[in-house]
Amino acid sequence: MKLTQGCFSFLPDLSDEQITKQVQYCLSKGWAVNIEFTDDPHPRNTYWEMWGLPMFDLADAAGVMMELAECRRVYGDRYIRVSGFDSSHGWESVRISFLVNRPAKEAEFELVRQEMAVRSVRYTTVHRQPQPASS
Amino acid sequence: MLDVPHTTTIEVNEVPTAFDLRKEAEAAGITETLHQLEQELIGLKPVKQRVRQIASLLLIERIRQRAGLVSSAPTLHMSFTGNPGTGKTTVALRMAKILHGLGFVRRGQVISVTRDDLVGQYIGHTAPKTKEILKKAMGGVLFIDEAYYLHRPDNERDYGQEAIEILLQVMENQREDLVVILAGYGERMTSFFASNPGFRSRIAHHIEFPDYSEAELLYIAELMLRERGYRFSAAARESFERYIVLRRTQPFFSNARSVRNAVDRIRLRQADRLVSDLDRMLEIADLETIDPSDVLASRVFSGGAGSEQATGSKCP
Repeated sequence: MKLTQGCFSFLPDLSDEQITKQVQYCLSKGWAVNIEFTDDPHPRNTYWEMWGLPMFDLADAAGVMMELAECRRVYGDRYIRVSGFDSSHGWESVRISFLVNRPAKEAEFELVRQEMAVRSVRYTTVHRQPQPASS
Repeated sequence: MLDVPHTTTIEVNEVPTAFDLRKEAEAAGITETLHQLEQELIGLKPVKQRVRQIASLLLIERIRQRAGLVSSAPTLHMSFTGNPGTGKTTVALRMAKILHGLGFVRRGQVISVTRDDLVGQYIGHTAPKTKEILKKAMGGVLFIDEAYYLHRPDNERDYGQEAIEILLQVMENQREDLVVILAGYGERMTSFFASNPGFRSRIAHHIEFPDYSEAELLYIAELMLRERGYRFSAAARESFERYIVLRRTQPFFSNARSVRNAVDRIRLRQADRLVSDLDRMLEIADLETIDPSDVLASRVFSGGAGSEQATGSKCP
């Protein structure tokens, strides 16, 4: 199952060149670029681990790509995402976030629907064990 | 040529066969940049010559690329060596502008660092510190002043070597992303390169900064005065010429820096002279003009600054 999370997630995976351009865009806007990774990509899991510190005074995306390469080397079997944090007044939040690495065998989720009282519906996302590649 | 497929023929037709060199140079802004360099820096012939060569190489590389010939990004790491006050730092800072103007580096920012910025105090501190600096410098110029301090051969528990290793790796692998300029005094740089052989060969341009001639030093002094809105009177100019001749022979002479200090002191003396007579009406010309007395009051003419230490060290 191809995980769709953050920007560009319905596009094919971004190439390094495309990632560089997105990062450069973030830097040109003055956003702090962060690299985060996790082995639990559940949509409600907002606590991804950070790779190093936020990179807020770079001029060129090459610096971020250097860190990303290092992060991939260490955590290549996990999900890695890049996010751009806008610290300007009134925003103070993440403006962009996209996946840059996914494990060879991706996580599987199942949506369980429950009929509740007064015809309301409750959805639960259940983490499923990855299926063998044959299916 | 008859059996060449049609599509290939079209591609061949699109590549121009002749290039207008003048037009190409002007389009890249090379003529202007070189002219500016010539204007703003005094002396430094070998430096200017090398910059000119680098610029020419870029131009040719660009044209080669368009002509479909093999081209590769030139290595641009540089090392500036020379005596104190010969303009190494000034040129390095300007070099970033030049490289950016010529399209060698993408962003053109200069990150100026010394040992403290790269080397940590404890084990494990150095790598993150060095990497942090390298990340910031990406796409621009990393200027390492007094680079020989990175390596301390007498202290084997020094972490400078770690910084050097990371630096070397990035210098080799990310040549398109970063230009490293090392600067330092000639002799010490020589011994630094001797103990880090990898560094020497990874730097393409070793530029030697020559000492300034007396005429150049005088010109620098006049330029500095003009920038600050002063000028020598004819007699003062003559005495400053004598000052330079004397100062050059004295210890701790550091070229343009000595001249700058001298100019600053001369301004002090001039102000003092003006203020000493409060009953006088000052004219614009008085404020601007440096008199010979302002120059001649210098200690240089009476034995000189630092001459005592020199005689002390020479006669045990």
